[in-house]
Amino acid sequence: MSAVVFARHAMTPAERLRDAGWVAFVGLILGIPLVGLTTVDVGGRLGVETRFGLLAAAVAAVFAGRLLLRWAIDQARNRKQERDRASTATAADRAHGAQRVVNVLGWVALGASIALPILFSDNRYVVDTATTVLIYVMLGWGLNVVVGLAGLLDLGYVAFYAVGAYSYALLSTQFGWSFWEALPVSGAMAATFGILLGYPILRLRGDYLAIVTLGFGEIIRIILVNWTEFSGGPNGISSIPRPSFFGLDFTRSAPEGSQTFAGFFGLEFSPMHRLIFLYYLILVLALLTHAFVSRLRKLPVGRAWEALREDEIACQAMGMNTTNIKLSAFAIGAMLGGFAGVFFAARQGFISPESFVFTESAIILAIVVLGGMGSQMGVVLAATLLVLIPEFGRNFAEYRMLLFGLAMVLIMVWRPGGLLAHREPTVRLNALDKTAATQEAAR
Amino acid sequence: MAYALQQLINGLTLGAMYGLIAIGYTMVYGIIGMINFAHGDIFMVSAFIAVTAFTILAAADVTSIPLALTFVLIVSIFFTSAYGWAVERTAYRPLRGSTRLAPLISAIGMSIFLQNSVQLTQGARVKPIPPVLEGGIVLWDAPGFTVQIGWSQMLIIVTTVILMTAFTWMITQTPFGRQQRACEQDRTMASLLGVNVDRTISFTFMLGAALAAVAGVMVTVYYGVVDFFIGFLAGIKAFTAAVLGGIGSLPGAMLGGLLIGLIESFWAAYLWAEYKDVATFGILCLVLMLRPSGLLGRPEVEKV
Repeated sequence: MSAVVFARHAMTPAERLRDAGWVAFVGLILGIPLVGLTTVDVGGRLGVETRFGLLAAAVAAVFAGRLLLRWAIDQARNRKQERDRASTATAADRAHGAQRVVNVLGWVALGASIALPILFSDNRYVVDTATTVLIYVMLGWGLNVVVGLAGLLDLGYVAFYAVGAYSYALLSTQFGWSFWEALPVSGAMAATFGILLGYPILRLRGDYLAIVTLGFGEIIRIILVNWTEFSGGPNGISSIPRPSFFGLDFTRSAPEGSQTFAGFFGLEFSPMHRLIFLYYLILVLALLTHAFVSRLRKLPVGRAWEALREDEIACQAMGMNTTNIKLSAFAIGAMLGGFAGVFFAARQGFISPESFVFTESAIILAIVVLGGMGSQMGVVLAATLLVLIPEFGRNFAEYRMLLFGLAMVLIMVWRPGGLLAHREPTVRLNALDKTAATQEAAR
Repeated sequence: MAYALQQLINGLTLGAMYGLIAIGYTMVYGIIGMINFAHGDIFMVSAFIAVTAFTILAAADVTSIPLALTFVLIVSIFFTSAYGWAVERTAYRPLRGSTRLAPLISAIGMSIFLQNSVQLTQGARVKPIPPVLEGGIVLWDAPGFTVQIGWSQMLIIVTTVILMTAFTWMITQTPFGRQQRACEQDRTMASLLGVNVDRTISFTFMLGAALAAVAGVMVTVYYGVVDFFIGFLAGIKAFTAAVLGGIGSLPGAMLGGLLIGLIESFWAAYLWAEYKDVATFGILCLVLMLRPSGLLGRPEVEKV
């Protein structure tokens, strides 16, 4: 696009005030119909209620916020310029250093996630939230295969999550399958759906693909809501059996002829055992996913995905079979989503179409993109952030989704490449990077 | 036969509304190549503004319907365009020229933000307004079934036709239209030739929002109820309409909207009403498989 960038001069205080005043004015215009006025039910009819005090407060807040924000941005820019002038490190060096920091952080995060249930063994809330974070990490890693690696924009990923969850729920409640038997079958089921979806839309690209996947996600949800005999309709499926630890249940008393987990290990029964077990279960599943995807990236198929992301025409020119590459990305991404779905159903013990709405897809996609497409650690960071923002917001519960949406916009505007942008071009043209390349070569 | 005719009228009404929203999608897509995911929510905001405006008028004892409609339309278009402008300025402009996915994510964030801010400030409950336009013309009094075209339906169809004519004129004849088309073809070249690209894009968003505002007022008049979640499905269907007609093409958006509206009403009338959204998406998939550039879109030729 347009490559002309004008250097911004530092703003004078008067300019700052004018700028903030302008923003506050826009805030006032936008605020009048929604904040300043509202309709309330007055005796069966609507009446108008004015809230100009609130509007004035909001506009004042916008004014102050804009002043502060501009000031903070300018400060940050100055500091960055000074740092750039002072240090001789090139972009490549910095990227390398950042990669090292990320690697170290990865190990720290792994250690922390293993230690977490031990440290918080009696805090139900922490373990529960951490489990949720891990489910999203796993979903993020699954979608990362499709979006981050293969570059296929999937807005209906939640459908595969739903397929996995419903497969397990039906297999276990109707046919009495155990968690471990149902896990691979449900994964295969989700992968089949991935291929089913992938096949007709192979020819589509970009945003057409996005809208069709979105439609597919909605179709699955609508079918789940309306096909009552099959899926229980809007009421969902309840009393889904929980996973057991090699046949040991996490109940207070065992049925005839078997033992409970607490009884077998001579522990006192505690409901926390199951939560901690579930936490470690999803941790192991997530780590397996990570290992699996990291391996795949080094295999020809993983390389092919990334090549496809960068340039589809070049891929075809090189004689690569784009059909198989796309389908494998869809199938593997869907399978991982299916596994996460199985775990979700087993953990909740109850599922309904409510859990598989489009917002869920948007959140998972946001995790992948916010984290930096293709970056495995970025997914962890973004998943933690996006699960914790609403959790912290729980104290003022109604604002949590508002904060969530706002955070998505702000993070994107602040770092469009994602929190941990991973894609480093291997060939560059400008002089600065040529020196970096020669330095690299000399080393 | 009579029943089918009634469905045709209902479908056209619905389709006209989808078409109005779809134009906003297709113009934005044409000019900056992104799905403006928050467009459905802009439409929802406009419906809420319409409800507030109608309530104010009712409180002020305004009984003249044309006067009321004009006032509500002007108020709604003004504020909704402001929203369209602000959304572009805050969520999309900083991301211009970055990856293709970044603006999409920020658009989804914007959509969630708008939905929740409306829910917070206006309440989560459904807002009913007393019917504005009642009755209609009986077209055909067939035995057992009366075909009727309501005043509100007529209003929607007539308004849409007028707007489409005005809009086509604007895009093909006015300086703004020329700039808009120039930016669509090549933004860099347009800026070199003295077109203010930023302003043109802002104006495109405001125009899209204004059309969505008209659709919002029409929905309020037609259904009489509004809630903060109507933007999502309407937005998706309108986008489907835009894709169906060939994204980037204005007549295509209108055609796609009408087709989606017709398919939806006929499917709901003759087949399974609860699966009408499945039908919409299913047909979208079919069209895209058989004709990936949409009905009126030019096929995209990718050059290396």
